[in-house]
Amino acid sequence: MREPAQTQTFRSLARLRVHSVLKEPAIVIPSAVLLVLVLIAIAAPWLGTIDPTLLDPTQRNKLPGFVGTTLLADGSKAPFTFHFGTDSLGRDIYSRVIYGTRISLIVGALVASVSTAFGLMIGMVAGYVRWSDGLIMRLMDGLMAIPPILLAIALVSLSRAGLAAVVIAISIPEIPRVVRLVRSVVLSIREESYVEAAITAGTPTPLLLVRHILPNCVAPLIVQATFVCASAILVESILSFLGVGIPPETPSWGNIMAAGRQYFRLFPHNILYPGICIAVTVLCVNILGDAMRDRLDPKLRKRV
Amino acid sequence: MFGYVLRRLVSTIPVMLIVAVFVFLMLRVGPHDPAAIIAGDNANADQIAQIRQQLGLDKPLLTQLFVWLSAILHGDFGESFFFKKKVVSLIADRIEPTLALAICTSILAVVIAVPLGVVAAMRRGSMVDRLVMGFSVLGFSVPVFVIGYVLIYIFAIKFPILPVQGYSRIADGFEPFIRSIILPSLTLAVVYVALIARMTRTSVLEVLGEDYIRTAYARGLTPLQVLVRHALPNAAVPIVTVIGLGVALLIGGVVVTESVFAIPGIGRLTVDAVLARDFPTIQAIILLFSFIYVMINLIIDVSYTLLDPRIRY
Repeated sequence: MREPAQTQTFRSLARLRVHSVLKEPAIVIPSAVLLVLVLIAIAAPWLGTIDPTLLDPTQRNKLPGFVGTTLLADGSKAPFTFHFGTDSLGRDIYSRVIYGTRISLIVGALVASVSTAFGLMIGMVAGYVRWSDGLIMRLMDGLMAIPPILLAIALVSLSRAGLAAVVIAISIPEIPRVVRLVRSVVLSIREESYVEAAITAGTPTPLLLVRHILPNCVAPLIVQATFVCASAILVESILSFLGVGIPPETPSWGNIMAAGRQYFRLFPHNILYPGICIAVTVLCVNILGDAMRDRLDPKLRKRV
Repeated sequence: MFGYVLRRLVSTIPVMLIVAVFVFLMLRVGPHDPAAIIAGDNANADQIAQIRQQLGLDKPLLTQLFVWLSAILHGDFGESFFFKKKVVSLIADRIEPTLALAICTSILAVVIAVPLGVVAAMRRGSMVDRLVMGFSVLGFSVPVFVIGYVLIYIFAIKFPILPVQGYSRIADGFEPFIRSIILPSLTLAVVYVALIARMTRTSVLEVLGEDYIRTAYARGLTPLQVLVRHALPNAAVPIVTVIGLGVALLIGGVVVTESVFAIPGIGRLTVDAVLARDFPTIQAIILLFSFIYVMINLIIDVSYTLLDPRIRY
């Protein structure tokens, strides 16, 4: 006999109790780094940055540490140190990298939320409404047969480049994977005696789904959402890098690298700094995901 | 066995059909009017209407779908809006570099990843194990193009032993071909190695806990003999599965890697086609890659029977 759904979820969430979590470096360190990144994203204007879209043809392709001048809002010039150098259009790479944190984190969070929300809804329907299962899962199989990055690239071509288009294009390929996960949980839970008891007691289906089925999906979904977030940050940078993502003047890590491609041989710092930022961010999210998976859902451990 | 292969083949038809319908709807329901794209920016409404009629875009959607599907089944993917060539010949011109890159990467990845995973599993908890696991998490976290540029910087700029960019056809000599394909393959292999090494480790670890492994050791077999005769054959199925699933990563990576290394393959064609909103080309590429992906995984499913005699269909 399994325990009631809520108790079980609360147990697995309770395993994340603060004091025991603080002992685990695989959770504490990446969380701390991500928190710092969130703070950087919020505080970007006050971190010694200048306007990340400001073009200055007189200071193109400067190496890191170059001391030059920058235009202030009132049109006057002020001395400024370009910690990470400038790109081929004379924009300050440090400012662009700092502001770029915003785009990456927003895309990661939005894609994780959007794909989880839609995946959850579709997956619950597929798992619970018997006649729809075959149809929905065949559709998802078809969608999964298209390599994700390719699908995202093709989808962004459909509308004007922008944050919303990029988020949607990255979310759609992720949805089928969430659907599969939710469906498999629902299929195993619906046979439980407490679900049968709830049906016998006349619980309406929507309430049944929310009260008994949904809580069982929470733990695996949190883990899945973390990995979706990591992959979304990577795919966003790839789309921007290929020139099909967020408009090039917007400071995003992928865009900085796209702008730096042409002069890479002479000025590798254009790619180095944003590259490190992406690697660190995604690494933290991935480590966090692995650690949470091991804690919340030991059964998933075997999966790659 | 034959019946199983046939059943699996038939089961790919609905999947590919859904991909095809999806790809079709992408263009027809999307916000872009193909006739307007072909006509160009200076065309007037009459010219656009004329092109629309030529392409059959004025017919009902369902009719268009069937016309399009039947053309595809006859190998006609239409004409590229941008290159003004048949899409089929466009892809045929570009297939060699992509195929070479994919094959070299797969070989490289398997040759590196499987031994790494095995060593990590055999020496569980050791430095090697930690390095392999650390590398595999890192491999999933660095964008492909950053890896590419780092490799270019080291092996083509700091120590100029390999070409920075470009592709040399096999027909133009084997050595220049190999030299041009090393860095792109290495770049693309990183994420694939991460994936396969991780799965190999997990799978071998699981098998090493089995009774028959202990028995094999008790019979006096050396660790190598145990590995080759007992552990690897039993660990093979999940490893081969993940190699097949990784093909999706590989295809995504090809698009990026070809852009970094200026390789004139299908990956580059994809980016060019998307930038030019060249929908017939995009459609054909998605169909082609999805078909390849589905077929490779079908072959892998069928190969289970060869790898593991316990699996019978």
